[in-house]
Amino acid sequence: MCLAVPAKIVDRVDMMATVEVSGVTRQVSLMLLPEAKVGEYVLIHAGFAIQTVDEEEARKTLELFEEMAGYEG
Amino acid sequence: MKGRSREEERRLADFFRGEIARLATRPVRLMEVCGTHTVAIFKAGIRQLLPPEVELVSGPGCPVCVTPNEYLDTAVAYSRQKDVIITTFGDMLRVPGSSSSLAAELAAGADIRIVYSPLDSLGIAAADPAKKVIFLAVGFETTAPTAAATVLAAEQAGLDNFYVLSAHKLVPPALRALLTAGEVQVDGLLLPGHVSAIIGEEPYGFLAREYGVPAVITGFDPLDILGAVYLLVKRIAAGEAALDNEYRRVVPPEGNPAARAVLDSVYGEADAAWRGIGVIPGSGLAVKAAYRRFDALAALPVTVEETKDHPGCRCGEVLRGVARPADCPLFGAACTPERPVGSCMVSVEGTCAAWYKYGAGRWQV
Ligand code: SF4
Repeated sequence: MCLAVPAKIVDRVDMMATVEVSGVTRQVSLMLLPEAKVGEYVLIHAGFAIQTVDEEEARKTLELFEEMAGYEG
Repeated sequence: MKGRSREEERRLADFFRGEIARLATRPVRLMEVCGTHTVAIFKAGIRQLLPPEVELVSGPGCPVCVTPNEYLDTAVAYSRQKDVIITTFGDMLRVPGSSSSLAAELAAGADIRIVYSPLDSLGIAAADPAKKVIFLAVGFETTAPTAAATVLAAEQAGLDNFYVLSAHKLVPPALRALLTAGEVQVDGLLLPGHVSAIIGEEPYGFLAREYGVPAVITGFDPLDILGAVYLLVKRIAAGEAALDNEYRRVVPPEGNPAARAVLDSVYGEADAAWRGIGVIPGSGLAVKAAYRRFDALAALPVTVEETKDHPGCRCGEVLRGVARPADCPLFGAACTPERPVGSCMVSVEGTCAAWYKYGAGRWQV
C-alpha cells in the first residue's frame, strides 16, 4: 500500500501540480510538499507528492557502493 | 537507483552477492517490515540470490493485513446504511470480516467506490450532498498524511458530509512490540522506504540503541534490497548495531516535516489493535477533537456485529513472523487469492498472497 512512484513536475498552480509519469500526465496535490518546484522529480503516493527525489543523493549512494565494490570486490 | 548502466548494475549485484556469501558465516534472519518490500523481494527472486545462511521473513508491514476484523465489520455496518457512500482503496474490498466483506456488500447493492486518492472522496461528497461519504482511512505513515490533508481540504471546501474511519497505524511502535515480545529472533531489519520518507531516521534510533538490532532504510529496486541485505550482513558480521540509510535519494534524515505537520494537525497518537498482535500502545492515529465532525466513529454512531475470527487462519502468526504461510493448513487449499480466508491472502502485499503467487522459493522446501 505504501507504493509510491517518481514523477516530474511539469506545471504548478497553487497547491496542485501536473506531473508526468512515464509519458502520462496527472494532477497531484502539493499539500504535503509545499516547496516542490516545476522541473523537480517527486514521489507520488495516493494523489499527493510526498517527497523530492534527490538526484544528487542517488548519485552519491551509487558512487559509495561502486567505491566499495572497487576496493573490496 | 537511477542512471546506472546495465554493466554497473551487474557488477554491483555480483559484489553484493559475493560479500553477503562471504560475510554470512552463521545463520541470520532478516525481517522485511514492509509489504511492498515483500512483493519486490518475490518479484526479483531475491531469496534465490542469497546463501542458505540468510533467511528473509516478512513482518507486519501490510496495512490491509494488520487491520483487524472489527474495523471491517464497522465498515460493513456503515455500508449497509442507505445514506452512506464508502470510498476506499481497492485492497480493502475482499478482506473478509466476521460475516461479510465490502465486496459482498457491494454486490448486495451498497454504494462503495474505489478511489485512487482520498481526495477523490471530496468530489463524490460535493456531488451528492444528501449522502454521507466515509473514507476508509487505512495505511501507515506514508498514507496517513494524505488522509489528514483530505480532512483539511474538506474543511476548506466547507463540506459537511465527508468523514474518515481511521485505522491508521504507526510502524516504529509495532517494531518495538515485536522486539519486546521476542517471539521471533530477528538479527536485522529492512525498514520501509516510503514510511521513512515521511518520518525520517530518528524514530528508528531505538532499534540499535535499545535492542542492539541493526536496521537499514531501503528502497524497492532489487539492487536497493540486495544492497540493504549486504549492509545488514556486514553490520552483523562486525558485531555492530546501527541504523543505515541506503535510500537517501528519497529519505532525508528529517523525513518530511511538512507532511508530519499536516498529520499532527488532524490526528493524534492512540492505542490501536493489530491483527495477530493485539493492542499496541501509541501505535495508531485517532482524529483530534478539533476535527471530530470528520470522524465517522464520533459523528455517526453505528451498531456493529460481534467480531469473530476465522478459527483456522494463521495470518496473525504470519504477521508476527513466527509462522510461514506454508505452515497454515488452509494455504493454497481452502485459502487462495480467489477465495481468501484471511487478510494475508487478500492484499497483493500480503505474505500469503505473495507466497501463493510467486512460489516460496527455497524456504518452502
Ligand atoms: S493461508 Fe489464508 S488462512 Fe492461512 S494464514 Fe494465510 S490468509 Fe490465513
